[in-house]
Amino acid sequence: MSEVPVWVAALVGGLSILGAAFTLLGCIGLARFNSFYARVHAPTLGTSLGSIAILLASAIYFTVSAQRPAVHEVLILVFISITTPVTLMLLARAALYRDRAESSGDVPLQWGEDIVVERADAPSEG
Amino acid sequence: MSAAILHWSLLASQLLVGLAMIAATYRMIRGPRAQDRILALDAFYVAAMLMLVLFGIRIGSNIYFEVALLIGALSFVGTVALAKFLMRGEVIE
Amino acid sequence: MRKLLPYPILSLSLLVLWLLLQQSLAIGQILLGAVIAVLAARAFAALEPQQPRARKLGSIFKLAALVIVDVMRSNLAVASIVLRDRHRQQTAGFVVMPLTLRDRSGLAILACIITATPGSAWLEYDSVRGTVLIHVLDLVDEATWVDTIKNRYERLLLEIFQ
Repeated sequence: MSEVPVWVAALVGGLSILGAAFTLLGCIGLARFNSFYARVHAPTLGTSLGSIAILLASAIYFTVSAQRPAVHEVLILVFISITTPVTLMLLARAALYRDRAESSGDVPLQWGEDIVVERADAPSEG
Repeated sequence: MSAAILHWSLLASQLLVGLAMIAATYRMIRGPRAQDRILALDAFYVAAMLMLVLFGIRIGSNIYFEVALLIGALSFVGTVALAKFLMRGEVIE
Repeated sequence: MRKLLPYPILSLSLLVLWLLLQQSLAIGQILLGAVIAVLAARAFAALEPQQPRARKLGSIFKLAALVIVDVMRSNLAVASIVLRDRHRQQTAGFVVMPLTLRDRSGLAILACIITATPGSAWLEYDSVRGTVLIHVLDLVDEATWVDTIKNRYERLLLEIFQ
């Protein structure tokens, strides 16, 4: 570990602790929340502020210690912030589909499902 | 001085991320349904990736960066495949 | 030119990505990256994607700044919800929201913004009625939520895409 100024060390350390703490809070939420749809929100803590803080710490540290700009951490950040919404949306839709198919839990009905009921008692007009 | 600050703060953040991985594992084991486990696996992957980035800072080398990027890519592909499987592969009718 | 480089922005970002991954600005890497970027863009053109028409660069930057600030803010909000005691967590709920935005790229971006922000998740878009189903972690008032999303994001996205 090469020597870096004290303020850089403090900044890097503080940012990494901040990011790690938010990641931990997200995972605690994942363990504590009591329904799947509430739990979907929890991992976004780790992928937004958690990743931003830790990757920023990494970028600062390598920029200072290697004496040249190290910005490739941006790649991970861009990649994560594009892929996380996609995976969460797909997973939530899969869960919605399964809950509707089994009609378990209180999930909102798909549009069209309530229409069928209306048609069943409508034919008296025609 | 700065080496000591870095050492202890990085150790602390690695501990926190490790606890996050344990919390995700708890949800992965508890379930109760497949989608909960997949969600927990995704969170676990993200925590593992951040753990590797922290390792990289601690060792002071860039070697772990590629591994972290790979874990991120694998987590995306894996979670999407599993979510797709939940939607189409399992017939609940 | 148009045939060689069908998607100039995509090619440029791929080149930047390549150079960032290699962490060098050597002439060989730039050439190799440029070849890969051009070939990948042509492969992408074979998919014949719908070309999004984005306008108003100012609105794009305004939206990006707004999203960054909101992500930070809702991070803190969700963190405080996690730390609350158990029986006060029952405020989560579904919201059905009408949208005026119809552009596909705009809807995709709105979905990503809403899901990436902790505390709200986009579940399902109904293209017939133009409504979207959103799950909100801290649902105090349904009307406020609909209002926030419509005024903050949808207005800007409408300016950009329509």
